[in-house]
Amino acid sequence: MTLMVEAQPVTLMVEAQQVCKRFGKNEVLKSIDLQVPTGSVVVLLGPSGSGKSTFLRCINHLEKIDGGRLFFKEELIGYKDKGGVLHEMRDREVCHQRSEIGMVFQSFNLFPHMTAIHNVIAAPTRVKGEHKDSATERGLTLLARVGLADHADHYPRQLSGGQQQRVAIARALAMQPKLMLFDEPTSALDPELVNEVLEVMRDLARDGMTMIVVTHEMGFAREVADSVVFMDGGYVVEAGPPQEVLLNPQEPRTQDFLSKVL
Amino acid sequence: MSDSLSMAAPPGQARPAPKPIRAVPIRHYGRWVGAVISIGVAALIIRLFVITPNINWPKVAHYLTFRDILVGLELTIILTIAAMVLGLALGILIAVMRLSVNPVLRTLSWFYIWIFRGTPLLIQILFWFNVALIIPNLGIGIPGTSWWVSENTNLLVTPFVAALIALGFNEGAYMSEIVRAGIMVVDYGQTEAALALGMKRTLLFRMIVLPQAMRAIIPPTGNEFIGLLKNTSLVSVIAAQELLTKAQNIYARNLLVIELLLVASFWYLLVTSLLMWGQYYVERYFARGATNRPLPPTPPQKLRKWLGDKFSGVKVAAYTKTSQAEDNPAEGGAP
Repeated sequence: MTLMVEAQPVTLMVEAQQVCKRFGKNEVLKSIDLQVPTGSVVVLLGPSGSGKSTFLRCINHLEKIDGGRLFFKEELIGYKDKGGVLHEMRDREVCHQRSEIGMVFQSFNLFPHMTAIHNVIAAPTRVKGEHKDSATERGLTLLARVGLADHADHYPRQLSGGQQQRVAIARALAMQPKLMLFDEPTSALDPELVNEVLEVMRDLARDGMTMIVVTHEMGFAREVADSVVFMDGGYVVEAGPPQEVLLNPQEPRTQDFLSKVL
Repeated sequence: MSDSLSMAAPPGQARPAPKPIRAVPIRHYGRWVGAVISIGVAALIIRLFVITPNINWPKVAHYLTFRDILVGLELTIILTIAAMVLGLALGILIAVMRLSVNPVLRTLSWFYIWIFRGTPLLIQILFWFNVALIIPNLGIGIPGTSWWVSENTNLLVTPFVAALIALGFNEGAYMSEIVRAGIMVVDYGQTEAALALGMKRTLLFRMIVLPQAMRAIIPPTGNEFIGLLKNTSLVSVIAAQELLTKAQNIYARNLLVIELLLVASFWYLLVTSLLMWGQYYVERYFARGATNRPLPPTPPQKLRKWLGDKFSGVKVAAYTKTSQAEDNPAEGGAP
């Protein structure tokens, strides 16, 4: 018996081709090209204003792109291509696409009028129509996974920042997303609370979740990322494995940025 | 100077507790004078308006539960609630229209508010009562078929209907501004988070934005409710048979003007008090999650606790409902 190792074709979870985004006259994304293979963890680095967060928000269509093409699971995001002509997607279709993409925000954005468990089951029950009992059961498992089994009945304001962010991650995971976007998830946290959130993210990465993470946590990038993308001025300046980009950057702008943050 | 540090007690050695301050308090003579003058003025007012032979108090007591008055009170309450429901529904609709991306809807809602808030309520009441002068017949039908129902407007728009439309539409204009303010208070991050979870705009509004907006909406709505209750007295101009109209009808016959106005005022005050009591509990309901502390006990809970303390044999669970989450909210909790 020979063990057949089939060459798995690399499927792309996200692909950006010359993505452009303007706010008025301000061109935030000039031309972004990026490929995120399924199961990989990509960390976006760059100075503030370089367009990292905007790019992340384009991926789940919170922002509409002005040029280029952006694909999720090899389908256009927010548009349909009908014989070379782009048609805007209907609300329902956009919602369906978004429901497969989890997003975690810098400011947590938990729903303050709902307890932790209700935050987690709100979307599964109301968007997917899952039964409340099974959603609650899954939700409690997810809260346990982020270490908050005892806090299911707490309101967000009764939780610390790190706990809130972990609930937010559980809330995103409850929709069973194919892709997770993290927009500076630890920037609003007290230093001693950063690690409990990073630990949950490491755990997710180990389980094979495809993740795109905007962060300034260099340790996390070095340890967890499959590739690091350095953005500046609306372009991808440099991309590659963390050892190369972080330890041996080729571009002067990358070198300059890293010398300031490391 | 250099040995100021050594003034601190060495560790492990208890320092004597500082002596409590015993000082002679300031005497506030002005407060005493002020209190005496105020009581004097209050006594004078009571003397003029309460202890006077010109008010027949037994008659006030008699008419307080007079059948006609109670019938009028019932209509006043029904009218208030119905107009508020109409006003709230219109208010939410107009507020959503004003915040819409559609310029036509925005403009229309602006005009609605402009007209209904910009003209006196009294005129609006008279207008709807006389609407038959513009539209003599009201009807509905399906175009292209012979199905057509029509009715004389004067038969359809009774004083009650005119009052309801006038009060409700007017209230809608005010409520829409209150609702709009409440919606704008909710952080946009809430909308983004809900969108990112795949929620549609309608669900997001109902489930995420509106419940949070309610916290800002309720206190001014309480005001509106009370204002509306009293504004129902304006519909006495079209003889809608509500509380004030009934009182006026009675004093037109027996000339006990002040007595019946007092009777009406008593009922307005009583209903207002009930509304304030209700508002307190509705506010509490929408305050969940708004603070990191358990809500303070309600007055009945306080009373029960006080009674429980007084008669300590009886165990009273005064705080149980509000203090489930009293464990330290900010503990680290390793994942």
